[in-house]
Amino acid sequence: MSKDTGPGAPRVRYAQQLGALLWKDLAIELRTRDTIAAMLVFGVLSLTVFNFAFELRAESLVLVAPGVLWVAVLFAGTLGLGRAYSHERERGSLEGLLLCPVDHSAIYLAKLLANLAYLALAEAVLLPVFDAFFGVEALQPGVVAVILLGTVGFASVGTVFGAMAVQTRAREVMLPILLLPVLVPVIIGSVKATGILLDGRPWSDTWVWVNLLIVFDVVYVAASFALYEYVLEDWG
Amino acid sequence: MQAGMQKKTACGLTATDVLGAAAFVLLGVSVYMALLYAPTELIQGEPQRIFYMHLPMILAAYLGFLIVFVCGVMYLWKRTMGYDIAARSAAELGVFFTTLVIISGGLWGQAVWGTFWQWEPRLTFTFILWLIFVAYLMLRSAAQDKERVARYAAVLGIIGFLDIPLVFASVYLWRGIHPEPAGMPRAIAMTLFVSMAAFLALFAYLYVLRVRWDRAKDRIEEMYAELEEEHQA
Repeated sequence: MSKDTGPGAPRVRYAQQLGALLWKDLAIELRTRDTIAAMLVFGVLSLTVFNFAFELRAESLVLVAPGVLWVAVLFAGTLGLGRAYSHERERGSLEGLLLCPVDHSAIYLAKLLANLAYLALAEAVLLPVFDAFFGVEALQPGVVAVILLGTVGFASVGTVFGAMAVQTRAREVMLPILLLPVLVPVIIGSVKATGILLDGRPWSDTWVWVNLLIVFDVVYVAASFALYEYVLEDWG
Repeated sequence: MQAGMQKKTACGLTATDVLGAAAFVLLGVSVYMALLYAPTELIQGEPQRIFYMHLPMILAAYLGFLIVFVCGVMYLWKRTMGYDIAARSAAELGVFFTTLVIISGGLWGQAVWGTFWQWEPRLTFTFILWLIFVAYLMLRSAAQDKERVARYAAVLGIIGFLDIPLVFASVYLWRGIHPEPAGMPRAIAMTLFVSMAAFLALFAYLYVLRVRWDRAKDRIEEMYAELEEEHQA
């Protein structure tokens, strides 16, 4: 295994493992559509509930729109991240994976990518619905970029916490309790940047918040990557 | 360190006793200084005296969270239960002191601003910190199996601690930066210094007691397990 290319090289094998692990999660989702369906329905329900909750008091729905969008994304996302591990646990599939000669970091990356895919898909549906419900123009490149940056931070921490939460007694309750306080910088940064863009202000006004999101993403993708190993130990 | 086996000083006191006595004497002195020695602040008046317990308590809480982080890293590295006990006790004390800080801050705010709560950066920051470490304690109580609790708690302690600068930056950017008071008269600085020493000594004393209590508890559980095995054999 001294060569760096070819089918047996370590880097190539890692990529193959990653691909196989990711495909496993996506294939399950494609066949059952459990997680995505739950996320979408819950996300749209949140938007609906907010519409009623704010309609009578807020002078303009546009003022509260960025917050509404982000709470809907967070709630739907938290639901999805919780689901991501429940079938692993129910069927004991992760235990099997841990027995395979697979680098554990590949398991984390595959889970992270799968979670990112679910979240991105849910957001892709929620955004147009949000535009229609609240009469704003959120489907623009800047807002999409901010949402993706926020989603990376959200998913990186969520992938680790989801694995821990599913192993506790409280399970579904535990995940949001662990996740939401840690995500405060993401929530503040994303809501602020989204608000600035929805107000039609220039992209340059958002740089403080975008930088905050980038720093969060870098710190937590790296930290989760390093710490995931410890969560997987003695799984089951 | 096993209960009943600690070294005694010349007059029959343990080091912990001395620490405890020092903490309470210092607390007494700091209360005297805060209430009678320090001058009344011109703008805020008497309520400003809460400051002399408020700031030292948040420093004690920060110290607790720092210990949680360091012991979390050490636990994952060395896998000795002692680090977990050290982290657990520090988290409890950190949450305890943060709770007192939020309450004392609220009373201070009630007197000076006229409201118990404001979404002001420092308050918001402290409150988020409190939520993170309350979640830490909840995770500890919800997970089964000692070793797993220790491992998950270490992971959460590290992730939570890494979040502190980010939360700090975000809430300050969110609400704008408030000016810090520049320069303090000598009497105020002295009072603050004594209060800090008092609360740090109190923290250390409670911490030693808490760790010892936890170790004793673990030891009792071990002894029960041993007895059970003997009984079955």
